[in-house]
Amino acid sequence: MSKPVVATASLAGCFGCHMSILDIDDRILQLIELVEFNKSPVDDIKKFTKQCDIGIIEGGCCNSENVENLKEFRKHCKILISLGECAIMGGLPAMRNGIPVEECLKEAYLDCPTVDDKIIPNDDELPMILDRVYPLHEIVKIDYYLPGCPPRADLIWEALVALLTGKELNLPYEVVKFD
Amino acid sequence: MSDKITFTIDGKECTGKKGQTIVEAAKENGVYIPVLCHYDGLKPAGACRICTVRVGGRNMAACTTPIANDIVVQNNIPELEDMRKAIVEMLFVEGNHMCPTCEKSGNCELQALGYRYLMMAPRFPYLWPTKQVDASIPKLYIDRNRCILCLRCHRGVTTKDGKHIFGPVKRGDRTMITADPELAAGMTDKQAQQAMDICPVGALLKKEVGFVVPVGKRKYDQKPIGSEIQGN
Repeated sequence: MSKPVVATASLAGCFGCHMSILDIDDRILQLIELVEFNKSPVDDIKKFTKQCDIGIIEGGCCNSENVENLKEFRKHCKILISLGECAIMGGLPAMRNGIPVEECLKEAYLDCPTVDDKIIPNDDELPMILDRVYPLHEIVKIDYYLPGCPPRADLIWEALVALLTGKELNLPYEVVKFD
Repeated sequence: MSDKITFTIDGKECTGKKGQTIVEAAKENGVYIPVLCHYDGLKPAGACRICTVRVGGRNMAACTTPIANDIVVQNNIPELEDMRKAIVEMLFVEGNHMCPTCEKSGNCELQALGYRYLMMAPRFPYLWPTKQVDASIPKLYIDRNRCILCLRCHRGVTTKDGKHIFGPVKRGDRTMITADPELAAGMTDKQAQQAMDICPVGALLKKEVGFVVPVGKRKYDQKPIGSEIQGN
């Protein structure tokens, strides 16, 4: 039987959740035994080459590229997991949600004291910034949520093993945290 | 006539004194009823309804309802627990609660209830309300993004002659906590700390200090809220 296929991505995130995946330490050897990775920054595969069983996504959606990527994941993955606070509620990038986009762009590209060429970038090649940062489940259906900033490595490990082996998930109190 | 009152919570025989509320009596009997707007020693407000229990088939706020002889209280039943979880989720989406950036994280009662009820993601859509941070008073920040309007600061933080330093202004969904500038100017460091401790969330934060307790040693890092009452 072929191994389950896992894909991961970081959208509007800081890669901290991916660091936390690596934080499972030597269990990563067991993980490689259990699964095969497809599109993911872990193996640097840029495009889906097949249908995947599990998609793990870090970060919320702050621009059109994030949305496109997320929809691509939903299309290619049977199970989609929101990993971390940004994916679940927008997180740090969502601190701009109360501020109009125009004001954000002005502050970053026009009024900022360290900016040299005072223009707001606008090119077909650049993804469009959204009106606010969206959690993943407001855009596509999400099957599971793993909170934390970052989610504890033990939480990621336990959840993955439970999902892959069908064993009951038994989480100690210390591993489910929002910070 | 004796002041002793006997009643049951989820079938457990409990005793209490006349005049006690269900929350107080339950605590003495080792039964945890979650509370958020309730604070020991303050007059109950019944604002958040997280303590809702079922007495004789009716839902009541356990922090305001006095005990009576032979009442049958239901506390730990799936229907109530799910409703409490829904209240926690509602409070999360109604404000801008960013745990990773909040100084109160780890000591926050709302967050601790989120942990207790294993809130992975709220079932309600986020509202992203526009709220202001008020840094005008000398000792504290008032961050209204995180305020859950429990009125604990209003009830618990007073001057020596009993004047309320904090209070709600406006109505409905525009209600917000504000401080009397003159009274707040006279606050001591001790009072500021007391106000910060009384606040269940990170809406009142002391200025010039922060993140004093390391991660892992904060109040709710190792033990769930309520474990001190249940003894587990």
